[in-house]
Amino acid sequence: MEGSSDLPPTDPESDQPGETAGNTARSGSGGVRLEGVTKKFGDFAAVHDMDLDIADGEFFTMLGPSGCGKTTTLRMIAGFEQPTTGKVLIDGSDVAGLPAYKRPTNTVFQSYALFPHMTLEENVGFGLKRQKVPKAEIKKRVAGELERVGLSREAKRKPNQLSGGQQQRVALARALVNLPKVLLLDEPLGALDLKLRKGLQVQLKEIQRDVGITFVYVTHDQEEALTMSDRIAVMNEGMIEQCADPETVYDRPSTTFVAGFIGVSNLMPAVAKGPGEIEIADGPTVPTADAAQFSSGEKCFAVVRPEKLTVSLPENAPGDQPGIDGIVESSLYLGTSTQMAIKVADDVNMTVLVPNASEDARQHLPGGGAKVRLNWLPEHMHLVAESDPGGSDADQTSTDQVTEGVNS
Amino acid sequence: MTSVRQRLVPYWLLAPGLIWLIVFFVIPMYYMGELSLKTGSIDTGYQLTWAFSNYTDAISQYSTQFFRAFYYAGVATLLCLLIGYPLAYAIAFKAGRWKNLMLFAVVAPFFTTYLIRTIAWKTILDDSSPVVSFLKTIHLVPQDGRVLATSAAVIAGLTYNFLPFMVLPLFAALERVDIRLLEAGKDLYASATQTFLRITLPITMPGIVAGVLLTFIPASGDYVNATFLGGTNQAMIGNVIQSKYLVVRDYSEAAALSFTLMAIILVALIVYIKFAGTEALMGDEEEAE
Ligand SMILES: Nc1ncnc2c1ncn2[C@@H]1O[C@H](COP(=O)(O)OP(=O)(O)OP(=O)(O)O)[C@@H](O)[C@H]1O
Ligand SMILES: [Mg+2]
Repeated sequence: MEGSSDLPPTDPESDQPGETAGNTARSGSGGVRLEGVTKKFGDFAAVHDMDLDIADGEFFTMLGPSGCGKTTTLRMIAGFEQPTTGKVLIDGSDVAGLPAYKRPTNTVFQSYALFPHMTLEENVGFGLKRQKVPKAEIKKRVAGELERVGLSREAKRKPNQLSGGQQQRVALARALVNLPKVLLLDEPLGALDLKLRKGLQVQLKEIQRDVGITFVYVTHDQEEALTMSDRIAVMNEGMIEQCADPETVYDRPSTTFVAGFIGVSNLMPAVAKGPGEIEIADGPTVPTADAAQFSSGEKCFAVVRPEKLTVSLPENAPGDQPGIDGIVESSLYLGTSTQMAIKVADDVNMTVLVPNASEDARQHLPGGGAKVRLNWLPEHMHLVAESDPGGSDADQTSTDQVTEGVNS
Repeated sequence: MTSVRQRLVPYWLLAPGLIWLIVFFVIPMYYMGELSLKTGSIDTGYQLTWAFSNYTDAISQYSTQFFRAFYYAGVATLLCLLIGYPLAYAIAFKAGRWKNLMLFAVVAPFFTTYLIRTIAWKTILDDSSPVVSFLKTIHLVPQDGRVLATSAAVIAGLTYNFLPFMVLPLFAALERVDIRLLEAGKDLYASATQTFLRITLPITMPGIVAGVLLTFIPASGDYVNATFLGGTNQAMIGNVIQSKYLVVRDYSEAAALSFTLMAIILVALIVYIKFAGTEALMGDEEEAE
């Protein structure tokens, strides 16, 4: 119902750290460090030997498939779960043994966890009340926060009288209103429609920048991760595959898993050939700047993002760019672009996104079965190592997956 | 044809319940009500004389026993709540794999009859029992004192006998509490005590209401505990009704007493539910402060 346009802009006054009387947590830095943290449930390691260093005021995102240990990691930071081994440090001090209610963190729960017997107002004011913030101030801050998430009119309702998306926004307001040092968000926008999600994404980012709260943000929406984060940790089976800024994660994935999870995998098996060259399996030998990480003869995968590939009939292909021959398998109209699947070897399909610049150009794209050549600029090809654990899984699940981030 | 049959379906489904209610509730109530307004005796027969004096007599003559019944039942209900809540809490949250065993232990006494269990308590609290001599050794009971035939014994018996009726609804309510809500409470700076008072307790209030009703109502009409564990000074209204029916055979008076008891409980019930059902008791934050 409420579109992002209904949401008022962040009120700069109420977000000043100085104004948050009663919240002792606002001074100093709110960095989070995980040192060799392992969490086992029985024999199963949900989180395995994880090292993380999240800077104060950083928007840090954990991205990964379902069950990879994102929630478990957040729960250890929040204090609901004790690590089996390893240390969690918040603000530089070890928080082992510090109960959740004494930690300067607040959580937006994946399941909302709103108190069913309280109105929205009471839900949002709960944390402030426990911190003995003066009544008048609670009232003001709660009203401001409800307005921010667009639920002022519903303030007197109980959670079960709200839609899922509205409940999610209350959960967000209930945590944000406390202005903690570290805000832990477990897929906080998962139940919202696209428009509202985009609106709140912008707002969250604004709040985070204005107030300087450290955000540890969990999502499995890679577009959300790419647009909002300062840094992204891509997780797989309890381990971090890559931890870097969005551009790096997208353009220079370090493993096949990351390449597959962020965007379309577009992996070509290859063998390194001396400095600056690789030989694509069943294909040509091409130059690349990345080859240095691999010793000659070592197996690796070459990644080229779909939008970085050009497709042309062999006779029209640019001769000065590296390329590979293939056969058009399918072609899918996606609105702003056309997605083509090109088979370059028996088990290797490459996805190409061709912008739909003009209807005329689109009509002239090679059709199914046509022999074509794919070309790319040498700097757009990166080499990745095969992921240790779930590498092959990742390839499978992501082969046909096109991201909104790429085609919009 | 079919439409008529379809329209009758709800009535057919209701029929067994309605018949049950009529046979076992409405008809007996009617006869009891009529009986309570009659005069006469078992030998001469009863005539309907609209003898409302049966009621005024009942209240004026046996107000002590009425009062005592509600007092004992009230204390026993409170004790059941104080013992039952931690017990149900432990079973629901802390028992782990012992949960089923502990639940079984709560209902296990039902495998013996109520009467036998109460008589067993009579033996336990008897003047010559080891329990009582132990209580005397630690000076909890004076040397020449008794445990049996005291208010304490009757209340203890009631508490023991009705504890499962308190524990089971409490357990059902506690078991349904979403652990994540408790985590959310802790996340929002509520200590364990505050989490309990602000979240667990209000959410389990329906269980408390049910447990209190299931304990208080039968306990206030009980006569078995007072019979075996109390003396003449511990007689409850249940004992009066029982002796009117079975010993003195003054049926009209017994019926009037029963109706009076029922009316008082009904009024108390309405007041209680109205109070317990309001937002105030259901954990409204403003009111709770
Ligand atoms: N209390 C628990 N007992 C046993 N196993 C658990 C427990 N909590 C989590 N796990 C397991 O740990 C793994 C990681 O769970 P976690 O909730 O952290 O995943 P997630 O990355 O948050 O997934 P999703 O995106 O689906 O929320 C899962 O395989 C899960 O089954
Ligand atoms: Mg999760």
